[in-house]
Amino acid sequence: MRRHTISILLENEAGALSRVAGLFSARGYNIESLTVAPTEDPSMSRMTLVTSGSDNIIEQITKQLNKLVDVIKLIDLTEGQHIERELMLIKVKAASNNQREEVKRLVDIFRGRIIDVADNNYTIELTGTCDKIDAFIKALEEPLIIEVVRTGISGIGRGNKSLQA
Amino acid sequence: MNMANTEIETITGAEIVIRCLAAEGVEFVFGYPGGSVLHIYDALFKQTDVQHILVRHEQGATHSADGYARATGKPGVVLVTSGPGATNAVTGIATAYMDSIPMVVITGQVPTSLIGNDAFQEVDAVGVTRPCVKHNFLVKDVKDLARTLKEAFFVATTGRPGPVLVDIPKDITAHTTVFDYPQTVDMRSYKPVTMGHMGQIRKASELILSAKRPMIYTGGGAILGNAAEAVTEFTRLLGYPITLTLMGLGAYPATDPQYVGMLGMHGTYEANMAMHECDVLIAIGARFDDRVTGDLAKFCPYAKIVHIDIDPSSISKNVQVDIPIVGNVNSVLHELLGLIRESNRQPDKEALTSWWAQIDAWRSKECLRYDRNSPLIKPQFVIESLYKATQGDAFITSDVGQHQMWAAQYYKFDKPRRWINSGGLGTMGFGLPSAIGVQLAHPEATVACVTGEASIQMCIQELSTCMQYDLPIKVVNLNNRYMGMVRQWQEMFYDKRYSHSYMDALPDFVKLAESYGHVGMRIENRDDVEEALKEAFAMKNRLVFLDFVTDQTENVYPMVATGKGHHEMFLGPDRELA
Repeated sequence: MRRHTISILLENEAGALSRVAGLFSARGYNIESLTVAPTEDPSMSRMTLVTSGSDNIIEQITKQLNKLVDVIKLIDLTEGQHIERELMLIKVKAASNNQREEVKRLVDIFRGRIIDVADNNYTIELTGTCDKIDAFIKALEEPLIIEVVRTGISGIGRGNKSLQA
Repeated sequence: MNMANTEIETITGAEIVIRCLAAEGVEFVFGYPGGSVLHIYDALFKQTDVQHILVRHEQGATHSADGYARATGKPGVVLVTSGPGATNAVTGIATAYMDSIPMVVITGQVPTSLIGNDAFQEVDAVGVTRPCVKHNFLVKDVKDLARTLKEAFFVATTGRPGPVLVDIPKDITAHTTVFDYPQTVDMRSYKPVTMGHMGQIRKASELILSAKRPMIYTGGGAILGNAAEAVTEFTRLLGYPITLTLMGLGAYPATDPQYVGMLGMHGTYEANMAMHECDVLIAIGARFDDRVTGDLAKFCPYAKIVHIDIDPSSISKNVQVDIPIVGNVNSVLHELLGLIRESNRQPDKEALTSWWAQIDAWRSKECLRYDRNSPLIKPQFVIESLYKATQGDAFITSDVGQHQMWAAQYYKFDKPRRWINSGGLGTMGFGLPSAIGVQLAHPEATVACVTGEASIQMCIQELSTCMQYDLPIKVVNLNNRYMGMVRQWQEMFYDKRYSHSYMDALPDFVKLAESYGHVGMRIENRDDVEEALKEAFAMKNRLVFLDFVTDQTENVYPMVATGKGHHEMFLGPDRELA
């Protein structure tokens, strides 16, 4: 069992997302996260999908994805050098001076940003790898956390490697 | 006003649908009208290019189109209304999907403005069918209609074929635009592979020639890919044994000595044993289905495997193979034939002789033997008699269950596209409507539907369609008053607790056939079987429903039970264990 990050270029059509999601549920594959949005060419969407499975399962997943008529191209980023980033928005309690300072320090260490300030809470933006975001959540005392919103991973190949139609 | 523009003809979406079908050379549309497709039916009424076949249930429409496609290789076309029209069609769409049958299904949809409103007869047809179509489309603009239909036919018929659904809202069929049917299709996201990789083919040819105990295992892909001739040439050139899957019957002549019978759960002893013992397995257009492989852990333990298939996802899905070749089966086989001939190498004669001696020893068990002295009508005897009565040259459709297996075992198919059955989905009710499609495609041919009293009742309403279009199908009903295959499993694995597997309150099939305007015959005596078939097939212009009252307790043997390997076959209760 290994975690794989698969990057998919697909037609920006109604239903394309449900074809991918439906494939995973129908064939019993895992989806850890999935993120999708149109590219610079509005007729195409780029999806990053994180899944896990044995080599055989991953091979089947990529073949089955390729078979979907709406899928233009895909690449298993895990097979080469690549960059992964996830964005998290997190709302934490910041009522006392002590809490405010503690949270601010932590945000600085993790190079996050406080993007909203209310009477008794902060909203923080943090970008990074999945591990970094996990580590930030862990570093906060659990009772401080009010709300966590994570986008799931976006990935891209390093260097000259690119996924284009 | 621009004069040029006024001369350009605009037509309605409904007319575009019909013109597209005509442009695709569609002979028959199998369908059933309803609210959302009324405009399309009105356009159908005003033309003569495309003939509409009115079925009695939408499931019948999809199976008929499917039978037409299997018998001809051309896509079957279906037209049904929204809501229940679409959902009734789903079983037939899923049947075609599992067996990779090219089909274009046009469903009406409620007007665009009502989509999502839970309107009358609204169902999300694209959503409902997504898991059982190769692809589907919802048309939102009449300007996209012609291109979408062109793409639908292209996707359905190329690569690994399959059903494609086009959902058309009613308002789109009323809107008008200029009709321009594209000559070609270019879809950046759909580029099916055709040619196999030469390097892989070369490797395969070397392995194939080095075999000591070779086995050729061929499936429905050889039929779909029109590769029966190539399969035959390849097999004869090498002198290797060949087995066929349920879907592959007819890809190689069953009367030829190199054919060792069907393989799998109800395959022959010799085919399954040869699978188990072979050292090189050549899989051609087959997908290693669970009914074929038995227990995967025990599958072909000594074999290096070559797998030729057009669908990359079929390769190494269930069984890891050594030399995969993705490509059109026909073209890959021709490349292989070329390489083998060029090489001037011969298969190992000595090894092959002792391999055939071994296979003949397995054959001598006569695994398909049955009690010919029984006073009852044995279902196997009916199929053998059917084979004789039709000189082995009929199109045989079948339903699903014991009768399907007996037809596959005892009717020797020498040609492709003659054996029409629901292999993957195993859809009871398939036999009669699929025979409609076959008979329409081949009006002069002999078409028989082998069925049972349980299956036939699932689509028996289509007897009415047969009457309307004068289709002289012969229905061979093996009536054992049981859902035979269910009963067989209950006998073998559930301690003879026959839970709901009997057919009580059966209709009088003779009267039923007669009430539809056909000929009905009931055959209760084994000595009447051959005469009844002769009499029925002599009635060239009539549908004859032959109700054979068969031995209730007969089971399908031999059998590889679930969890067993090919070498662990059960030959029958009165036979020693294999």
